[in-house]
Amino acid sequence: MKFAVTVTLKKDVLDPQGKVVGQTLKNMGIKNLNQVRQGKFFEIDMNEKDSAKAESQVKEMCEKLLANQIIEDFKINKAE
Amino acid sequence: MKSSVIVFPGSNCDRDVAVALERLQFKNSMVWHKETELPKSDLIVVPGGFSYGDYLRSGAIAAKSNILSEVISAGKKGALVLGICNGFQILIECGLLQGALLRNSGLKFISKDILVKVQSNKNKFFNKYKSDEILKLNIAHNEGNYFTNKKHLEELENNELIPIKYCDEKGNINLKSNPNGSINNIAGIFNKNKNILGMMPHPERMADKILSGEDGLGLFLSLMN
Amino acid sequence: MTVTKEQIESHGLKTEEYKKIKELLSRDPNLLELGIFSAMWNEHCSYKSSKIHLKKLPTKNNIVIQGPGENAGVIDIGGNDAIVFKIESHNHPSFIEPYQGAATGVGGILRDVFTMGARPIALMNSIHFGSPENKKTQNLLSGVVSGIGGYGNSVGIPTVGGETKFNSTYNENILVNAMAIGHANKNKIFYSKAKGLNKPVVYVGSKTGRDGIHGATMASAEFDENSEEKKPTVQVGDPFTEKLLLEACLELMKDNSIISIQDMGAAGLTSSSIEMASKGKLGIELDLNKVPCRENNMSPYEMMLSESQERMLIILDDKKEKEAKKIFDKWDLDFVVIGKTTDTNRLILNFDNKKVADIPIPALADKAPLYDRKWVKSKLPKNKVKIKDLKKIKIEDALIKILSSPNHSNKNWITDQYDQIVMCDTVQKSGGDSAVVRIHNKDKAIAISVDSSANYCKADPKSGGKQIVCENWRNLISVGAKPLAITNCLNFGNPEKPKIMGEFVECVDGIKEACEFLNFPVVSGNVSFYNETNSKSIFPTPVIGGIGVIDNLKRIVDIKTKKSGNLIIVIGKTIGHITQSSFLQENFSIFDGPPPEINLVNEKNNGLAVLQLIRDNLVMSAHDISSGGMLVSLSEMSIHSGLGLKIYKPKKLVNLFEYFFGEDQGRYLIEISKNNIKKIETFLRKNNIFFEVIAEVQNDTFEIEKTFSLKIKDLHNYNNQWYSKYNAIN
Repeated sequence: MKFAVTVTLKKDVLDPQGKVVGQTLKNMGIKNLNQVRQGKFFEIDMNEKDSAKAESQVKEMCEKLLANQIIEDFKINKAE
Repeated sequence: MKSSVIVFPGSNCDRDVAVALERLQFKNSMVWHKETELPKSDLIVVPGGFSYGDYLRSGAIAAKSNILSEVISAGKKGALVLGICNGFQILIECGLLQGALLRNSGLKFISKDILVKVQSNKNKFFNKYKSDEILKLNIAHNEGNYFTNKKHLEELENNELIPIKYCDEKGNINLKSNPNGSINNIAGIFNKNKNILGMMPHPERMADKILSGEDGLGLFLSLMN
Repeated sequence: MTVTKEQIESHGLKTEEYKKIKELLSRDPNLLELGIFSAMWNEHCSYKSSKIHLKKLPTKNNIVIQGPGENAGVIDIGGNDAIVFKIESHNHPSFIEPYQGAATGVGGILRDVFTMGARPIALMNSIHFGSPENKKTQNLLSGVVSGIGGYGNSVGIPTVGGETKFNSTYNENILVNAMAIGHANKNKIFYSKAKGLNKPVVYVGSKTGRDGIHGATMASAEFDENSEEKKPTVQVGDPFTEKLLLEACLELMKDNSIISIQDMGAAGLTSSSIEMASKGKLGIELDLNKVPCRENNMSPYEMMLSESQERMLIILDDKKEKEAKKIFDKWDLDFVVIGKTTDTNRLILNFDNKKVADIPIPALADKAPLYDRKWVKSKLPKNKVKIKDLKKIKIEDALIKILSSPNHSNKNWITDQYDQIVMCDTVQKSGGDSAVVRIHNKDKAIAISVDSSANYCKADPKSGGKQIVCENWRNLISVGAKPLAITNCLNFGNPEKPKIMGEFVECVDGIKEACEFLNFPVVSGNVSFYNETNSKSIFPTPVIGGIGVIDNLKRIVDIKTKKSGNLIIVIGKTIGHITQSSFLQENFSIFDGPPPEINLVNEKNNGLAVLQLIRDNLVMSAHDISSGGMLVSLSEMSIHSGLGLKIYKPKKLVNLFEYFFGEDQGRYLIEISKNNIKKIETFLRKNNIFFEVIAEVQNDTFEIEKTFSLKIKDLHNYNNQWYSKYNAIN
């Protein structure tokens, strides 16, 4: 069972990388750009048939390791 | 000799390299990244630092700046171009050099004195050194782990396009003397015509006896030859 | 709308403090005003518990250009050169988010230095962690070290040294103290005092977000189990913007357009605007709609209390606005006039065409509460430890145990993550007694050392306070520098407890006594109280950062022994004080007893004698004797050079353990050439300096005659294993 996890900085936390990438894209001529936020992406493959159980394990992984919850949020999507 | 040192927001070895060049009587100009024209120069240096904070990928954003298109066309016409550390990363991101610089194998920033062995002195940059000479230089980087495909690696090895490799005190080039995981212990590479050099170690940091040593001076002296 | 009791409490204000606010305003404050009072009156900004004691410290002499009270201290090092420096804590934020906490700590202290017109030339730090066995320690260590490196490396300022210590007292309260050192022309120092009416107040740097709202209040309260949930929005450091801000400010400082300038540090826009106005005895009026914001719908409360990083407030000459803006545009930084100076002596904030706050400035600054807190004298330990009664141990095993312990192991694992030589002026990197950094383009250098001795301070705060000043002085001397001045970061528990307050008062007394005697003034510093969790306080940990000057680059020495056949002399008397020593702690886990005594007269005489010998080019290498005692110091000289030593036994019958591991103060080891021995002996005798010839440099064996013999290579390995094993990825 596969999951896609996206980790991004929380809404109100400064994202220096996103800020510079956004500014550069604007300088490259993309005038209608609003904002860029940068994050991390994980593909997680679980050897587990019970989807509820797998999902809760992935959530635990996010909370304990993948995301630094002091500054980051995460989103879990089940991939097909 | 005339030299130009390119300055990006976040460059921080620009002054260091200018000091080394000026000590050897290079007539040096500092060129701000927003400029659209390069002063006439025999040597263009893309210095170390954290251009644009190293955000996104080291060197990626600097490679899109105004002045870089001038550097690219000068390099293609045969001008001498030296990229040090972040400068090496920028030369790769803009396509003047091939390959990639990955995160250090130890996953940490490394700053320390290391040894490299001169592989070839038949070029503009190392002619003042002896072949097989061991030099003490300093590295300071997060992404210095050079990687390239098999075909390009063969091309580099077969055409003396790798002037320096990491080694130990006895000159052994092996896994133990490799600080960052670079393929074949590569510390720097040339383009095909050997007029463009990218290297992770900082020669400008070893150009003053009272500091850590003078092993880097030979590179600048070679360029004057 | 008046504020509620809960709001007053959550702002950390006591009932009587709130009463005072009402008196000063002659009315109830609104929530924004309450926030402003709380930010200005908390411990971190007001120094309300420490001020009356800090006043006792010597802060002036003929080389001090600016003492405490500004962004950083400034000293004269001769010619037109001034050194600007300060140390500051970022303990609480680093415990919550080690990488960002440490990084923003470095960023903040750098701004304190370049705000004054100095180009930063070096960074140092003192970091203290809990016991290595504590499960949080590894993560905190690795995060803090990467954070310090990540910020300093990126801005391009070398991190040239510091200290790292482990002790279970820091299990729930780590210490992260960062020091920045800058160089300026002494006629071009910039201050924070505002001058002139109707001058534009300019906001420069990054935009304001909701970062660390009430961070300063957090640093003034104890932690408890809920702290992890109470996490405010953590500040994220942006070293790239810092580098731009640094270059833009220094560019603007080339002419005279800046009247005054202040970093927006703790309590951001609030403290910076109030400090500038208060020092200038002026008023200030701000239009908050003009503050550059990162998020939508930010309230005046959030803007005033945000601790977003990489921002500055400048009061500008009104004719120079255009040119100044051009510079900040070049560096892609915000530059917005957000207000003006007034003669009202009040802080007036406007938002959406309404006046949202109106506070007399003296109420926030001079009239902030000041406490003479109750304190009690510390009980001094009396127990003597008799070595004879302890389990038998071999001298070489004791040495190996100390050299391979976390606190004495080689710290390359840490320092290899710091760029130590960017800027190409680092003459001596970390690993020796002091870092040495050349003044760019000059035949002159400064030495820098950062020190603490929490165990000594815990056992006897006053003597401990004296000891760290002396150790710092000694470390500067050991490289050939003339010690000039210090900055201090005083890390303590909860000052509302008389016992903790007592530790503070006595440590400060000790620091004062030593600084006065050595003519070694305190020019800047910071106090960090409430390093306490669940009522368990850290050991008193004052940290001293000292600066010395070297006038001749050819007369710098390091700790590496140079040549086989040379002699090692120990300067200063060895009595064998063993309690509070690393020997007892590492080998027997004995933490009892008093620390070594400090004799300031000997300290000064011995130090000045060593400095004179170095200046006369008679010393080949030098090292002070500190934690671990003489044998550990001797082995460190050997490990660094790769050359061995033949160590003589003391001529008089003494206990070898006490002799070799005792931590008597005021001692140095110097390496000299045999040819000079007579000359040196005569000099030392003439100056009444106690000394002994203790060892001879030889090739690769490290031995005490007829006692033990070890290969240097093995000693080196014992000293180099701990960090990599501890941090190995399993």
